[in-house]
Amino acid sequence: MASLAPQPPSQIVKTCPLCQEQFECAQGRPGCWCETVVLGRQTLADIRAVAHGCICPSCLSGFAAREKARRSSDPDRPDENNAPATWAKAVPNAAVRPRGVSVVWAMVALGFLAGALLLGLGTGAASIGPASIVASLLAHTQLFHISPPLSRVDDAILWQIRAPRVVLAALVGGMLAVAGSAYQGVFRNPLADPYLLGVAAGAGLGATLAIAYAAAGSDIGLLLPLAAFAGALIAVAAAYVLGRSAGGVRGTSTLILAGVIVALFMTAIQTFVQQQRSDTLRAVYSWILGGFGTADWHAVAVVLPYIAVSSAIILLHRRVLDVLSLGDEEAASLGIDVRRTRLVLVLVATAGTAAAVAVSGLIGFVGIIIPHTIRLLVSPSYRAIVPLSILAGAGFLILADALARTILSPAELPIGVVTAFFGAPFFAILLRTSRRIVM
Amino acid sequence: MSTALEARDVSVTVGAARILSDVSATVERGEWVTVIGPNGAGKTTLLRAIAGLLVFAGQVLVEGRAVRGSTRRQLARQIALVPQHPQTPTELTVAEYVLLGRTPHIGYFATETRTDRLAAERAMARLGLRQFTDRLLGSLSGGELQRVVLARALAQEAPILLLDEPTTALDLGRQQDALELLDELRRDSDLTVVSAMHDLSLAGQYADRLLLLDGGRVVAQGKPDAVLSEQVIAAHYAAKVSVIRKDGAVFVLPRREEKRWVH
Repeated sequence: MASLAPQPPSQIVKTCPLCQEQFECAQGRPGCWCETVVLGRQTLADIRAVAHGCICPSCLSGFAAREKARRSSDPDRPDENNAPATWAKAVPNAAVRPRGVSVVWAMVALGFLAGALLLGLGTGAASIGPASIVASLLAHTQLFHISPPLSRVDDAILWQIRAPRVVLAALVGGMLAVAGSAYQGVFRNPLADPYLLGVAAGAGLGATLAIAYAAAGSDIGLLLPLAAFAGALIAVAAAYVLGRSAGGVRGTSTLILAGVIVALFMTAIQTFVQQQRSDTLRAVYSWILGGFGTADWHAVAVVLPYIAVSSAIILLHRRVLDVLSLGDEEAASLGIDVRRTRLVLVLVATAGTAAAVAVSGLIGFVGIIIPHTIRLLVSPSYRAIVPLSILAGAGFLILADALARTILSPAELPIGVVTAFFGAPFFAILLRTSRRIVM
Repeated sequence: MSTALEARDVSVTVGAARILSDVSATVERGEWVTVIGPNGAGKTTLLRAIAGLLVFAGQVLVEGRAVRGSTRRQLARQIALVPQHPQTPTELTVAEYVLLGRTPHIGYFATETRTDRLAAERAMARLGLRQFTDRLLGSLSGGELQRVVLARALAQEAPILLLDEPTTALDLGRQQDALELLDELRRDSDLTVVSAMHDLSLAGQYADRLLLLDGGRVVAQGKPDAVLSEQVIAAHYAAKVSVIRKDGAVFVLPRREEKRWVH
């Protein structure tokens, strides 16, 4: 009966070129005794320098022992090619992984958001301390037997007026920042922000039309967000179709130009409508400047699904965004369908931005600066930029809104003024002190 | 031997310009074929067509399967491409960059598994890059960067490796190192290599076969010894060269013609 076990390789007798001892050798074929000795590249080079061909077991084990001694005496310089004998059982080197978000930065970002939430909820005409806010929240959950710490008026101020406003600011801030990071990644352009493809101009035109021509008696509070949302989507769709038909294969510049053209065209119409109905100028202007003065839980409920789904999809693309940083051609050669990925990301970022803009107006600065801040402070990898942008954007806009409503209280500053006035100097300092390259 | 790559009447037209005309060639598994030809002959275009990165007429078969009918991911598992000028974001670490080579093996929304990290580590070890693991790409020299890009392609674990001018940025010694390394990798990982090169002497010494393109057409192919002749090079490169055959290798040297001034 024939054995299926591998036959021992035929051996020949050789003379060791170093010690002239005779030894058996299978000439390096599988099964030869020398297979069991694993040596580093340096040692192999040493052997090749002194001996031509195979050497005997005792000489080889001498080299192996010397290599072991050298490595233990100089642990800082491990032999580079000393790979584990079998990779199947090996544990990967801890350093061979993408940096992503470190625990420290995750805690910093969460702490920033939590602090901003408490500050946003606490400041206003009636000041409420952070302890009372937490106690009131716990009392409202009814899981614990805590008696409500606030008077009924304060409670209503906190949960019916301030909380929806703060939550809406957080949602919009997170959305604008994460959409900005997606746009910057997809277009590999440091100037990209969520308004790149005409979202702002489209939403502005939609809002202007709604304010100027809404039938008397119609609910402008309901109509305006819908019109702004529709306008934003139409603008980006027009830019995308134009960019594609004008040669989208050639990369992203055509698409960006198409966005600029659509935005200019829509702004022209908007200006014309404003001139025709100059009595509505003030209302249009105040919407464009943006703000959360009309925020309520209803607005939160309306935009939450868009923002949650859009942010989640962008978050899932964080690794793909890193692949895109190698350029369209290399990303494609790594198996990414670049066109489809770009379409999906532009679509979800636009839908989320349009929803955010519809309830808050055109708030600039957040979408472009927050991703760059993360890029400069933490890491240029989208695994860090995308998740941290959500947290930092949310916290930043809560703080900006808190300032906007308290600086000139009871009057409100347009929030865009606050974001740029306080954000720009901060970013200028960061840009000067960071040694990282922006993009 | 079986066929790894086959091009049948591949033509590429960009606008009114015909870049490739009816190029047909086969590459056997484990073979190293180098595409040579003067500037603008279509070398890069041919590599990009094989990798499915541009629209072409005709047929390219990878392991008997049509490139045009394959998804990007299927192709990326078969073919790794090292472009002439790869994008190497300066702020990425070597490990992060090499891990990007695992993209065709990672689910679209997923992140790297242990298998991917081991494959990247293996590729880095193979190219002697272990001590560079967390170095930033921006801090590496040209030769080191070249090895890092090669490690990314190796981590892709595709049986076919396409290299566009793999040695242009390197000095003489690094060129030889890189090509020796490629040859070693090809032998112990059973890779099929298709490269485009300008240096005819190096091309001839490392390739099993040469494919000479001129004006988008295949004008000669075969063993280096047969393709590299003074007449062929003079005809297609409009260059005056001496071809020296020594120790089984072919050396192509540019030679200045003596000017004969008539008084």
